[in-house]
Amino acid sequence: MTAAAPEPKANMGQPVPRYDAVAKVTGRATYGSDMPLDNPAYAFLVTSAIAKGRINSFDLADAKRVRGVIDIVTHENAPDLKESKLFSNGGYAGTTIQPLKSADIAHDGEIIAVVVAESYEAAREAANRVKVSYSAVSPSASFDSPGTTKAGAKGQNGQFKEDPKVGDFAKAFNEAEIQLTASYETPTQHHNPMELFSTSCAWMGDTLVIYEPSQYVYGLKNGVAEQLGIDADKVRVVNPYVGGGFGSRGSMTPRTAIIAGIAKRLNRPIKLVPTRDQGFTIATYRAETRHEIKLGASRDGKLVALRHEGAEVSSRADPYCVGGTKTTTRLYACPNVDSLVSIVRADRNTPGFMRSPPEVPYLFALESAMDELAVKLNMDPIELRRVNDTTNEPIGGKPYTSRSLMACFDEAAKAFGWAQRSAAPKSMSDGDWLIGYGCAATCYPTQMAPAAARVRLQRDGRTRVEIAGHEIGTGAYTILAQTAAERLGVPLEKVAVFIGDSDLPPGPVAGGSNSTASTCSAVMMVCDQVRQRLFKAMMPNESLMDKAKETVGMGQTPSTEAAKSDRPLDLEKAFDALGVGVVEEYGEWKPEGAPPDSFKAMHSGHARLVGGAAMKDKIAYAFGAEFVEVRVNRFTHEIRCPRLVGAFAAGRIMNPRTARSQLMGGLIWGMSSALFEATEIDERTARYVNDNLADYLVPVNADVPGVEVILLSEQDDHINPVGAKGLGELGNVGTNAAICNAIYHATGQRIRKLPVRLENIEV
Amino acid sequence: MRPFSYQRATDPDMAVQALSAAAAANNPLTRATSQPLAGGTTLIDLMKLDVMRPAAIVDINPLAQGWSAIEPGGEHLRLGALAKMSDVATHDDIQRNYPVIANSLKLAASAQLRNMATLGGNVMQRTRCNYFRDVSYENCNKRNPGSGCAAMDGVNRMHAVLGTSDQCIATYPGDFAQALIALDATVEVTGRSGTRSMPFADLHKAPGNTPEIETTLQPGDLISAFVIPGRWPRSVYLKARDRQSYEFALSAAAVALDVQDGTIRDARVALGGVATVPWRAREAEAQLKGQKFDDGLAQRAADAAFAEAKGRQHNSFKIALGKRVVVRALQQAVMMEI
Repeated sequence: MTAAAPEPKANMGQPVPRYDAVAKVTGRATYGSDMPLDNPAYAFLVTSAIAKGRINSFDLADAKRVRGVIDIVTHENAPDLKESKLFSNGGYAGTTIQPLKSADIAHDGEIIAVVVAESYEAAREAANRVKVSYSAVSPSASFDSPGTTKAGAKGQNGQFKEDPKVGDFAKAFNEAEIQLTASYETPTQHHNPMELFSTSCAWMGDTLVIYEPSQYVYGLKNGVAEQLGIDADKVRVVNPYVGGGFGSRGSMTPRTAIIAGIAKRLNRPIKLVPTRDQGFTIATYRAETRHEIKLGASRDGKLVALRHEGAEVSSRADPYCVGGTKTTTRLYACPNVDSLVSIVRADRNTPGFMRSPPEVPYLFALESAMDELAVKLNMDPIELRRVNDTTNEPIGGKPYTSRSLMACFDEAAKAFGWAQRSAAPKSMSDGDWLIGYGCAATCYPTQMAPAAARVRLQRDGRTRVEIAGHEIGTGAYTILAQTAAERLGVPLEKVAVFIGDSDLPPGPVAGGSNSTASTCSAVMMVCDQVRQRLFKAMMPNESLMDKAKETVGMGQTPSTEAAKSDRPLDLEKAFDALGVGVVEEYGEWKPEGAPPDSFKAMHSGHARLVGGAAMKDKIAYAFGAEFVEVRVNRFTHEIRCPRLVGAFAAGRIMNPRTARSQLMGGLIWGMSSALFEATEIDERTARYVNDNLADYLVPVNADVPGVEVILLSEQDDHINPVGAKGLGELGNVGTNAAICNAIYHATGQRIRKLPVRLENIEV
Repeated sequence: MRPFSYQRATDPDMAVQALSAAAAANNPLTRATSQPLAGGTTLIDLMKLDVMRPAAIVDINPLAQGWSAIEPGGEHLRLGALAKMSDVATHDDIQRNYPVIANSLKLAASAQLRNMATLGGNVMQRTRCNYFRDVSYENCNKRNPGSGCAAMDGVNRMHAVLGTSDQCIATYPGDFAQALIALDATVEVTGRSGTRSMPFADLHKAPGNTPEIETTLQPGDLISAFVIPGRWPRSVYLKARDRQSYEFALSAAAVALDVQDGTIRDARVALGGVATVPWRAREAEAQLKGQKFDDGLAQRAADAAFAEAKGRQHNSFKIALGKRVVVRALQQAVMMEI
């Protein structure tokens, strides 16, 4: 075992290497824009240089003269597309702002023309030669701009149903021995996945094939079909490797149907590879947020009152919001809780999911405030969490299915060396560098969605697993192969996994960290169907059927001796008894509490996630604790983060290698979010200014010399058959607060606005 | 990117001829229709962004044989303009006798870029101003003379506080140039009338009313070498930036001192990340020369360096930061064990 492949503890799978490792490092993995097309034409987008106003006219003469130009599509000659509803309103789209519909412009970088040419180079050159005359109107850029409107999220966003509250906050806060009020801000951020927002559309007769990085091939298939007005069976989305998503590919963007429509008209496959900067405006992003936290506590640190008010920016068209109060109002024991989430509308593109959408901004606020409270109480911040730890969430009193928050704090604190911390701010240093230690809790709801799978087992043990899941870099192929191998008792190398194709049985959106729990539960169930058929063939005696029927969670041992004795199954004997060479089973799995229309919605590409705080009589979250060492230079005020240590408990760990890698990426991204990542908006023009990877900073290797991930053993039999809690979005939640808490410890200065830059430090 | 012709120049005359032939009379070098290609780390970028639209590219890499030598001598150091940044940064003699040069190169860009980029191209690299690099902004006096400056009241955290004008506040982004200007380097230019030398300090032009003119070079001119007089073992390049590597300076100081018996006999200070051009802080040097070093002196020198600085909405912090960087660089130089 190595650091990259940690020794499995109880209820963990083996740290087998990635199924797709060799393909990826040898360049054989095919991402969206790698897919070969037969005689494609190439599209290049022209996007608006204003955020609000109208197009007066285009001058296309110069562009059309470029050799190889086939067509230039504007609102004057665009394909007629039907509108698509927002995903949160029962549709598929991440935005209802449909470009090329009229001369109106709703945000910076809106698609206003598509140049199609014989080569990428010709299309790009012609796009550069398109001249546009605008009538610009002064736009509202963000929170403080004139012309924005603000209203409560409840009632306008279909997925934000309530502002959680309980008890009498006002009274409890006023009477509290210790009171804290503090405001926090998080910036605009963009996902910037490595694979650009490409799409390739090829028609074969009346059937459309789309090659596009997608975290939801069924959603995209159905959404594009709806926009084109054709039967969803006539659309296939193929995407075996996503190339990074981070939420940006969960819902449909307008580009796909536009390119599909043009491809149909030109009767030719079209490949679109937008630029990095276009990715900032033709897809979604994490909008800026503001928070006010009020905490009331007794002198011993017990919370008596908690209020979290959040405000988020969205577009004029769409009421997107993340509404993280559903988590922050339930994290700690507190009898009097109040909350409010508002949406501020500005002239922006519609924001959308970005890794841990609600928890990243909202837990930054709460976990910073908890640290401030610990300072006020002169209490160790870990002990403050311990005092307020709970087995039941305070809003509805429902029990957590499992909760290892304090175990994570204790493990991480030990590995980090928290005991060596001298508590006073500015009390630790090394040469030019002030040293600060900080920590914060992290959590993420455990979510599941319906999923279907097909499993085919041959007499020689070769197995084929099919499910329209998604490889966003997390290790989906690997753990699906492991699940099937373990369940069927066949060698791992005999399992072939097929995902990322909407012709496969429907899988859920790769979002909300539901994929592992959902797809592995479905594959496990269908593997059991295969086993049952083989068992039945071998055991005609009815009395022995029970043991064939026994379906147990992977983390559990079979409950009866009979069931135990069936492992491993002698495949050859079973197939001989059955008299066939292949067994194939299809099955549809849905989580407990899934709505009645779940399977129908699964086929029509509507995500129906259940779990987290929305469960009927329980609440399910994964937890962790994150510790950081921050160094602040006395002279330059540069801030560096040499050490990140996180301990996490997330039910069954399917593969400690891929889990560690994902959590490590989360910690690094969390650090990046705290210190680097911000999309700068020009207040006058509502335009994104640093829309490239040179100016939108992300960490380089030199910024992350030390990252340690500790996986805790945890068993939870109340969530799903696999017993897994999603952890993809767990790693980057607590880091923002942990870093600011460490900066406070290093400098004595509390920073409540992200990202923290050297000019914010006053040593 | 737009179509362009490509030509390899196999000797300097051919390069000069190719570059001057296509040069339109009134175009400044930055807008010349013919551009030399060395490492390509700036030019190709800007062509893809449609910022630079040369009709002809003259590849001067074949000249490397004659123009890439690293020649440390007793009297001076001569660096060929086509030497790669990485080769100079890791050269033993330069690390020993000119740490300010070695570190200014080592702390720039990434290893991959340093392996491609040449010294001549490095000093000619153009500003990272977002409004300059994005042609969808019409207002850029550097790109569209007379169109205004979008950065002046826009997002200008990275912009200059020294050497600015009401036409342009774009920062000169380089590091190596600060070492050159501090050490009184001369630059050798090969052009239509042969090879000439001039002080490096005369190479770049502050924006003034003509921000589109960035250097005194004419179309057909090529930098062939840099010559640095003397040796400066007591020298430092200190760079403050948002991340640990692969990032431009928010503020940097190139400092070289000649200290004898506790007295500063000669002092050189140049500033990076804060000015529109490579910036020699002669006012700071004047404070230091002939004095005994202490922290108060360093502070007075730093104050003098930024006496004329003007901040805008997002970059005013660079004045205080720049002073602290100068102070620390001076302290580090004094503490060096030579």
